Amino acid sequence: MRALEYPMRGVQRLIGQGRMPYVFVLPNLLIFGTFVVVPLFINFYYSVTGGTALFPEDRPFVGADQYGYLLDCENHLSPFTCREDRFWRGVYNTIFFVAFQVVAMVGLSLLTAVILNRRIVARGFFRSVFFYPVLLSPVVVALIWKWILQRDGVLNAVIAAFGGDRVLFLAEPQWAMFWIIFVSTWAHMGFYTLILLAGLQSIPADLYEAAEMDGTSRWRTFRRITMPLLWPTMLVVLVLSLIKSVQTFDEVFVLTGGGPGTATQLIVHYIYETAFATQVHNFGLAAAASILLGTVLFILTLIQMRLGSRGERR
Amino acid sequence: MDTYGVKGLFASAAVAVLAWTAPAGAAVELRMMWYSDGNEGEVVRDLLNRFEQQNPDIKIIVDNVAYKAILESLPVQLAAGQGPDIARVTDLGGLSRYYLDLTPYLKDPEYWRASFGPYLQWYRQSGDTKGIYGIQNQLTMTGPFINKTLFDQAGVAIPGAKATWDDWATATVAVAKKLKIPFPIAMDRSGHRFAGGAISMGAKFLNDKGAPAVIDDGFKAMASRIKKWHDDGTMGKELWGGVSGSAYRGANEEFANAQVVMYMSGSWQISQFAKQIGDAFDWVAVPQPCGPAACTGMPGGAGTVALKQTKHPKEVAKVMEYLASEPVITEFSARTLILPAHMGVVKKGVDFKTDLRLAKDALSVFTGHVPNLSPVASALQGYPYNRVIFNAVISRLGQAVVGELTLDDAYARITQDIEAQMAEQQRNKK
Repeated sequence: MRALEYPMRGVQRLIGQGRMPYVFVLPNLLIFGTFVVVPLFINFYYSVTGGTALFPEDRPFVGADQYGYLLDCENHLSPFTCREDRFWRGVYNTIFFVAFQVVAMVGLSLLTAVILNRRIVARGFFRSVFFYPVLLSPVVVALIWKWILQRDGVLNAVIAAFGGDRVLFLAEPQWAMFWIIFVSTWAHMGFYTLILLAGLQSIPADLYEAAEMDGTSRWRTFRRITMPLLWPTMLVVLVLSLIKSVQTFDEVFVLTGGGPGTATQLIVHYIYETAFATQVHNFGLAAAASILLGTVLFILTLIQMRLGSRGERR
Repeated sequence: MDTYGVKGLFASAAVAVLAWTAPAGAAVELRMMWYSDGNEGEVVRDLLNRFEQQNPDIKIIVDNVAYKAILESLPVQLAAGQGPDIARVTDLGGLSRYYLDLTPYLKDPEYWRASFGPYLQWYRQSGDTKGIYGIQNQLTMTGPFINKTLFDQAGVAIPGAKATWDDWATATVAVAKKLKIPFPIAMDRSGHRFAGGAISMGAKFLNDKGAPAVIDDGFKAMASRIKKWHDDGTMGKELWGGVSGSAYRGANEEFANAQVVMYMSGSWQISQFAKQIGDAFDWVAVPQPCGPAACTGMPGGAGTVALKQTKHPKEVAKVMEYLASEPVITEFSARTLILPAHMGVVKKGVDFKTDLRLAKDALSVFTGHVPNLSPVASALQGYPYNRVIFNAVISRLGQAVVGELTLDDAYARITQDIEAQMAEQQRNKK
């Protein structure tokens, strides 16, 4: 460490102590700038250009055409009245998916964390069990569940063994949506459970002891002590799970491929399809869709942060 | 250290530096991107080993990739000026702007024109009638396979040579009902597979000027059958309704597991079926189902192309000449069980390396489809943006199959999708 001391002293003498923090965050800022901020600007540039050329200088400027194409609808609540109906199907599918998946994810993670925080038999084993799916690659997760859910899969074999009719879990729209929510929740809830568990363990035990001595009910203890003190951690879990949920791609791509029809085609899948899977690679339209998605995510995060800071002030 | 020791040290260092920095005489390294349906990767590697022995100054690294990488990653690499020196592709016309014209480097361009005649046009851009860009070393034909064992077990007669699509649907449903088979008919989720049936029904796909004009009565006749067959269970929803957008999905595994009575796919499956199914049941290639206009499938295939960003065009041409030579094409076809496109090889015939009678019979049936090919099918295959049409068809018919769109809405969306993509293509800076 002393090897760094002398050059850093030199830098400090040169720029002054007040500016030293900037020196320390500079490496991270450079990486963030190179791999996040610069691509963001390039992406925006792509969204105002057209054609199929890959290099920005070869792409003609088309202004807001791509945005106009995406937003051109007779009725925005009915995707099929939109010019680019698949974009809007992706938007509505994503809203539905995120709403149910985030609620399921946070709710189940909280429930699991509360149970795992208690002195139950084989607590260490259960903590590992819930975390284990997080270690699996999303593609592996999807392939395992595909094997379970397909026409001749394990689940249908069980149903058939009890005399039931086979169900096309991945070829019926409602079932397909249910299963992508279920599988992605199953795959990721261990991570959020771990964060919430850490949050629960940081709550001082004497508060619970005091509540117990006062004869407070468990439910009241949970509402009045656990939840308020867990709220900052909950906020982190909520923001992370929301962003992760909107970005969901790999599990759904492997499990249902966005089908049946477009029933599980999420917005990220639409962006991928538009940019890379068609013969005419429409990078401009895909970039515009991703800018719109990023804007919505940014606004949602701001709202959550605002609500979170209000909660903390109370 | 004495004087000799110092000199020796310098001499050793100089040799080491020279060996490291001066590649004079070192082999030129070429990269080839390759995908396989069956054993083509192994066979081409074996053939290239022989080439490398004869040409120690050229080394070829074969990157075996998934077919999806050829369709999606390769075009992006090429657009970025990167990518391999040689590649095996199926989007023959769509990638034509990235091909290297081999003509100036070839010892005998006339051999290529005589051997691959009509297929050379599939690799050219509009207006180009002379360039030589690749080897059509695999000719494919779309067409149906049936599980004959199931027909025998069900006691249902196999429809004859001029049987229509409706005749086949009736027969396969009868077999499936009797034996409780889940898929009477399965068709790859591919616009290319659909096109053969639609052309048989009278679809034209392109107008007199060679531009897309997809929706007509012939197209509607086939599309409405696809929809009806999904509604009544003749076709299972897992393929056409199972995924979204332009995703391909085949039913080869289901067919190999005897879950499908009739499988509409193509000649490239033969090698795989020979290996996977063997003689576990009688899998048989049958005549193309007919419509009022024709009894045709779609031609296609894979080509090995030279790519123009290569730094070693002469060496690339040398490899291509070797791969295009008659003995190599003959051996490649014989060992991979794929149909050759080389005129000389076709004329002499190929002794396919298999003891399996079923595979030999299937190859013979598919070879017999070639002369009956509709000119509409050939024209559509030669259209550089045919994947724009194929993708729009599967994407929108897939939605109709699961009930998201009516057929009329699907037709309107197919037209709109094609127009939008062609308009985007035309936006490119001149």
